[in-house]
Amino acid sequence: MPQPEPVQVVKQRRDAALKALVAGVPYIRFLDITFDRRGDELTGVLHFSDRVIGNPTLPAIHGGVTAAFLEVTSIITLSWAYLWPDIESGEIDLTDVTPETMPRLPKTIDFTVDYLRTGLPRDAYARATVNRQGRRYASVRAEAWQDNKDRLFAQATGHFLMPGKRGG
Amino acid sequence: MDHKEKLAQQFITALPHARELGLTVTRIGDGHAEIAMPYDPRLVGDPATGVIHGGAVSTVMDTCCGAAVMSHPKSTGVTATIDLRIEYMRAATPGQTIVARATCHHITRSVAFVRAEAVDDDTGRPVAVASGSFTQEGR
Repeated sequence: MPQPEPVQVVKQRRDAALKALVAGVPYIRFLDITFDRRGDELTGVLHFSDRVIGNPTLPAIHGGVTAAFLEVTSIITLSWAYLWPDIESGEIDLTDVTPETMPRLPKTIDFTVDYLRTGLPRDAYARATVNRQGRRYASVRAEAWQDNKDRLFAQATGHFLMPGKRGG
Repeated sequence: MDHKEKLAQQFITALPHARELGLTVTRIGDGHAEIAMPYDPRLVGDPATGVIHGGAVSTVMDTCCGAAVMSHPKSTGVTATIDLRIEYMRAATPGQTIVARATCHHITRSVAFVRAEAVDDDTGRPVAVASGSFTQEGR
């Protein structure tokens, strides 16, 4: 039986790949969204600041930011799921990736957001689930919460056009 | 622009995130609104092409739809998004301002229905279209 990979090697490879995927997108930095990883499970974190406030009298997170947070989480989770086998096999190395060599991201076809509660002035979290990923199209749903995971403040569903395996 | 429209414009441009995006209200009144978002490299979603992220387009659409509701003669002036669906028809051309136009086409005592589209310089081919429902509060 072959020796399992040392844990640091596995973690370094996965964290470097995730960092490359997220750091390449200026808009994700603009909104100050980061991703926590447990194995292949990702959680998006929207770090609260006054910049994301919509209604200043409540104050509440702008509905557009909530939509963007769910869309970013959907796209990154979908890409991550799609690239995972190649990252694990070593076929894709994202360590020294540049904007030019970064894998192309899926393109949003449509996105529907259901606003359930006011986004409070504090951090928000989101997870996306790939309902189905075919060769060309994918269906993804995403959920966002703040203090309590069972009390979602928004959820969304969207369809995406998958990139070609290389470039495309 | 009458008093109510001026108030709506001031309200929109006072939203911290709208200021962050540099949104300007170019037309508002009678259930219609038009909001412009200048091109900004910080909003890029695809670094290889420089195309603006769909999330930023969602934000200008959502803001514009809310503004259209607020400007409707029958509106209470207080609204929140219940649901918003966006269809992305093509990538916005890098470097160009995105303009959203929204119409509140029906309003009841509790709900407002809105349709919107977003264009860049090529105004004949929308970048995205949206439809949504919004609350009517404070009655």
